[in-house]
Amino acid sequence: MTINPDLQGRSYPAVEVYDVGREKIREFARAVKATNPAHFDVQAAQALGHGDLVAPPTFAIIVAQRADAQLIEDPDSGIDFSRVVHADQRFTHHRPIVAGDQLIAELHVDGVRAMGGGAMITTRAEIFAVGDGTQREKVATTTSSILVRGEGQ
Amino acid sequence: MAPKLEELSVGQEIGTRSIAVTRQDLVKYAGASGDFNPIHWNEAFATGVELPGVIAHGMFTMGSAVQLVSDWAGDPGAVVDYQTRFTKPVIVADTTGTGEPGAVIEVSGAVGAIDADARTARVDLTVTYDGQRVLMKSQAVVKLP
Repeated sequence: MTINPDLQGRSYPAVEVYDVGREKIREFARAVKATNPAHFDVQAAQALGHGDLVAPPTFAIIVAQRADAQLIEDPDSGIDFSRVVHADQRFTHHRPIVAGDQLIAELHVDGVRAMGGGAMITTRAEIFAVGDGTQREKVATTTSSILVRGEGQ
Repeated sequence: MAPKLEELSVGQEIGTRSIAVTRQDLVKYAGASGDFNPIHWNEAFATGVELPGVIAHGMFTMGSAVQLVSDWAGDPGAVVDYQTRFTKPVIVADTTGTGEPGAVIEVSGAVGAIDADARTARVDLTVTYDGQRVLMKSQAVVKLP
């Protein structure tokens, strides 16, 4: 199966809210061998001016990859997940992610480029915090390129 | 103590770090991140898709390498931008039960650029495994007081 070239320009709306919990921040921080007290101790985070525990700089990948899954699992995309290689990744933080945030992600397919028998696909997740009302606050923008290897690649 | 922007110069080194990685670390990262691709924990699956063995998640390498920058800045929330390209896999040997690492990732960082108006410094990371760079264009932008 080949990658659908019409994916470029496609968007997937936010489908679910991700609740950022303190224990998830601690667990993720340990998993990337982070030791800064601001990930573990609320008072240490507050001493740096944050409202609660601060997430490590790559924590948003959890939210971004959930959004990416919508594209990868879209039967119309033609993407075979077992042939996917992560090529590059970027995080731009408009403000730090902290425990208690409720995040949603909109996914945009910014580029689809044929490479050999495969394709390089660039996606962008716009991550917002949502409150009780309809307001959204921009929190992070992540961009990711994946290489879907063709046969023999 | 956060470094002061005025006291930085381009080329200045921020330090080095060695990250010992085991298969258990990859299982922990899989659970914490939700990325359960078996190439990161199952030898037979990894070699079956023509990899040399179990490889670390690129995001594990990216996420652990930036700790040098977070600690230098004093505040993980100061890292306003972070990017990398993944160029080579980190192959993690099965050393379960021996107490030995399955791979060691070496990280060093230096100030690559200073933006006095934005009050940011860009730290360029050199991240190697087995003598080869595994991340390229690995750059973290830090907001400083």
